[in-house]
Amino acid sequence: MSAAQTSTFAHARYVLGENPVTLIAALLFAGYAAMAVLGPAIAPYDPLASDTMRALQAPTWAHVFGTDQLGRDILSRVIVAARVDLGIALASVVLVFAAGGLAGLAAGFFGGWVDAVVGRIADTIMAFPLFVLAMGIVAALGNTIPNIVLATAIINFPLYARVARAETMTRREAGFVDAARLSGHRDGALLVLQVLPNIMPIMVVQMSLTMGYAILNAAGLSFIGLGVRPPTAEWGIMVAEGAGFIVSGEWWIALFPGATLMLAVFCFNLLGDGLRDIADPRRRT
Amino acid sequence: MRAILLRLVGAIPTLFGVVLVTFLLTRVLPGDTATYFAGPTASPESIAQIRTSLGLDRPLPEQFWRYLVDLGHGDLGMSLTTGQPVKTELVNRLPASAELTLCGLLLAIGIAVPLGVLAAVRQGSLIDHACRVVATAGVSLPVFFTGLLLVYVFYFLLGWSPAPLGRLDAFASAPKQHTGFYLVDTLWAGDFETFRAAAAQIILPAGTLALFALAPIARITRASMLAVLGSEFIRTARASGLSGPTVVLTYALRNALLPVVTVLGMVFSFLLGANVLVEKVFAWPGIGSYAIEALIASDYAPVQGFVLTMAVLYVLLNLAIDLVNRAIDPRARRGA
Amino acid sequence: MKRRVFLKSAAGAAALAAPAIKQAAAQPAPTRNETLILVQEYGPNSMDMQGIGAAQPVNGVSLNCYDTLIRFKRKPFAEGVTVFDLENFEPGLAASWQTASDGMSCTFKLRDNAQFHSKRPVTARDVKWSLDRAVKIGGFATTQMAAGSLEKPEQFVAVDDKTFRIDFARKDKLTMPDLAVTIPFIIDSETAMANAAGDPLAKEYLKNNVAGSGAFKVESWKPGTETIYVRNDDWACGDLPKLRRVIARDIPSPSTRRALIERGDADISYGLPPKDFKDLADAGKVRVAAVPVPNAIWYVAMNTANSPFTDVRLRQAVAWAVPYEKIMSAAMFGRGVPMYGGPQPVAKIGWPVPSHYKVDMDKAKALVAAATGGAGLTTSLLFDAGSATIAEPMAILVQESLAQIGIKVELNKVPGANFRGELNKKTAPMVINRFGGWLDFPDYFFFWNYHGNNSIFNVASYQNKEMDKLIDAARFAPDAASYERDVRGFLDMGMDQVPMVPVCQPFHDVAMQKYIGGYHYAPSREPDFRYLTKGA
Repeated sequence: MSAAQTSTFAHARYVLGENPVTLIAALLFAGYAAMAVLGPAIAPYDPLASDTMRALQAPTWAHVFGTDQLGRDILSRVIVAARVDLGIALASVVLVFAAGGLAGLAAGFFGGWVDAVVGRIADTIMAFPLFVLAMGIVAALGNTIPNIVLATAIINFPLYARVARAETMTRREAGFVDAARLSGHRDGALLVLQVLPNIMPIMVVQMSLTMGYAILNAAGLSFIGLGVRPPTAEWGIMVAEGAGFIVSGEWWIALFPGATLMLAVFCFNLLGDGLRDIADPRRRT
Repeated sequence: MRAILLRLVGAIPTLFGVVLVTFLLTRVLPGDTATYFAGPTASPESIAQIRTSLGLDRPLPEQFWRYLVDLGHGDLGMSLTTGQPVKTELVNRLPASAELTLCGLLLAIGIAVPLGVLAAVRQGSLIDHACRVVATAGVSLPVFFTGLLLVYVFYFLLGWSPAPLGRLDAFASAPKQHTGFYLVDTLWAGDFETFRAAAAQIILPAGTLALFALAPIARITRASMLAVLGSEFIRTARASGLSGPTVVLTYALRNALLPVVTVLGMVFSFLLGANVLVEKVFAWPGIGSYAIEALIASDYAPVQGFVLTMAVLYVLLNLAIDLVNRAIDPRARRGA
Repeated sequence: MKRRVFLKSAAGAAALAAPAIKQAAAQPAPTRNETLILVQEYGPNSMDMQGIGAAQPVNGVSLNCYDTLIRFKRKPFAEGVTVFDLENFEPGLAASWQTASDGMSCTFKLRDNAQFHSKRPVTARDVKWSLDRAVKIGGFATTQMAAGSLEKPEQFVAVDDKTFRIDFARKDKLTMPDLAVTIPFIIDSETAMANAAGDPLAKEYLKNNVAGSGAFKVESWKPGTETIYVRNDDWACGDLPKLRRVIARDIPSPSTRRALIERGDADISYGLPPKDFKDLADAGKVRVAAVPVPNAIWYVAMNTANSPFTDVRLRQAVAWAVPYEKIMSAAMFGRGVPMYGGPQPVAKIGWPVPSHYKVDMDKAKALVAAATGGAGLTTSLLFDAGSATIAEPMAILVQESLAQIGIKVELNKVPGANFRGELNKKTAPMVINRFGGWLDFPDYFFFWNYHGNNSIFNVASYQNKEMDKLIDAARFAPDAASYERDVRGFLDMGMDQVPMVPVCQPFHDVAMQKYIGGYHYAPSREPDFRYLTKGA
């Protein structure tokens, strides 16, 4: 086992060395993670405190990203929003990993009617225009963070179910599963103990890739007016609010949250690519 | 032929699922349609009256059954916000969305395919990394943000593009309808001035969409080019002294296009759904913006009609991709 | 089954109707100076303002494509801007009118030369059919008619071809003004009935077609995209409009609407956020016609029927803690008239009037302490996502300020359809909203917002017998002195009890190019094309 670990580590080092873009993405990710964890502690101002005397100020040294319509410090809001946005993305990805991953696993392993049911559900979801489905779910259940998480998870379900199913099927008949079966393991135990760990790497890659999409999706919902409730700071809402000010020349209100949002999605996408290279060198593209 | 029929029959449960889920979802919407459309000064009686006339006071299964019966007659219901039959509006608006999506897709192909080829030929080089970064950046942009930024820069600051007023500027009149695609219909009529006006209107929204479609196309092009370039027959071709560009363009690219075509189908269906936000930003009179407005107003019928249309398109598109694949690639036939 | 038949006949009617609406004018094409380009957020969803579910822009169709018996006179307001005069009328379809000596009826003489777009002469039968329809059709039209004591078809009498009489249900000062708004418009009853497919009110036909006599016809209507109006050269009820063609485009994005007017691609832009109107007015490149919306205020309402705001001390505490100045600058951008910091009792008879409240946190804290024993409380504040440009910053500022006096507020932003539903439930503890009646009388506003009949606009569910008595007395006051006494009575009571805290009277802003003249503000707030001019 330890030999395998060392080789994975060595491979990772090789990939990172070979691919500076992934390295940069990893560093960026660390930055975002720090922002999400530390949040309010490193924000220079109270992100919710208004100061109408200082409304709509262009970036200065005191307010590096400028101030918004109510005079709130945009930098502070951008920092604090990291926890909300990454939290929504992470929660939805974990949720869909649990639901979609397990469904795919079961479909791939048992086949038959389980496979048919999971396949039908995935097909049905895929046939929806996904963003409108997410809108519908949030509109119907109410615009709260748990519902946004749920909607984002649901529209990603087919992707996870399919990847997990395909990965499981290729491993179902593999030698180690047969060996485990012969040694008297029951199906359930077999799935969890043998197959799941084997498809984990590719699922983790999938999670990293869909994190970015989840963030975009939440931001899009906010833009339509179905996002988190005010006055919570969230990148998508800040862009939506700032959008109305671009034409009048107050570009900083939308630009900084927009750029932060873009960079976060960018970082997750590159990281997902990089992780894929590490986890599965065959698929390197 | 039998295969096609089987596929279509196989799609029926999916479509039924879509219809059922959409129906339930729209009925759970917290907005009270009757209250909304009774107007600001409605009395409880007039609200109840509207509820009865819309059939909203019936039990849900009965409402669903009525909806299915209407669907069977090709009747998608009436939109309460625009006051028009949903079917008419969808038919009128679908060409606008399709034209926009196709233009975005063509633009994306024009950029992404060469980029992918280049990245594959010079694997690991600076161009390869640049391709990856550009494509990933494109897919990382929130489309509404990109759209607004483009309007600001190209219309408001530079004045290069015309006012984002929809499909045509206010003084131009729509061409006679053949396909519903203004770019095609104007050429059909030989009206080059209107063609230019329509083209000028579509560039920014199509560009916004294209940015989003770059990544999947560039990626699959690069991957499939890499696979082909590494294959036996290309090595043979190179060994037999054919020049680099000839090999890449004539032999490799042609063989690499198959997976690209498959992905294009997926990207098209994805874009058709994803352009709702672009349509909103650019006042594009397509089906996406129609669906958004209806959803916000708890106007059931257009949402149901839109989702159903998209689902049918999705099924047909998948079928078409399958057929194309089978026609091109004999190996795919064995799978069925 | 019934529903399907209804929908089918609707589709059929639309198909039949289509050619009529697409008909193009066969005259020399209008020049650019005779063509107006207007951009607005959304256009009409029907051609029939009396119909159920007609949206705000349908008022514009009524105003421009139909005539009413009488019209409000115009009075100058600012350079290039006129507003309606609530109490003086000019001839519309009626050339003259005479109130009976007992004051219980009014007889109208129709114009001899007035004809519908179908070339049929306008008769008293058409007038009766149209007004009957307005009181019978239900929904907003019927409510608005009733507001002017126009309640039953029996009140409307076609005396002969050109003479029409209205018998009053009671002496009501709102009756005559109510005849000049966009609801009692006159329809070509024969054309409507010929196409009605058996519906005595021709609802589907009129929803998709204009059958009027007004100054403009609808040349093409693409719901959600654009509406094109062309001048009716046979219009008999006034001076022929200068504009021959009006293109009204629906542009949902306010930024785009601003860019269009700033770059000169649109002649008139409706419905921008206040910030944009402020910028445009400051820059001076285009003209911003700002009319304080008569009768209207932005307010913070508190539910007096449910805890916690059953306690008047808490309502007063909120009124002392609303950050008025901040709202005026950061939410309204100065596009409104402050409605706070006035004298107590109120300075004048009218609505809106400034309340005596201003920011006084100590007073507010003391009131909260007295009401809750220092415990403070948690509540929620509802507002419409559709008007979030103003309501959201306002709500955030209120939330922040109330936190300082121990009232913790959670914000509840909901889309338009839900908002209406929530208002109807009357359970939201706090609501930020805007209301304004078409008929600019204080008793009219109070009737809708403070009266115990508990209309949907009585957001606070305010119930007070004494208040009702004062409002009812003022509505039908026999003389000026008693009217003034009653209005003062309910104004002061309203300010003291504060079920709703007045914040400001909004401007109705419209941005237009400097070469646009003749802008007129009508009660419905929709653009009146009849007086607009383009060019030097």
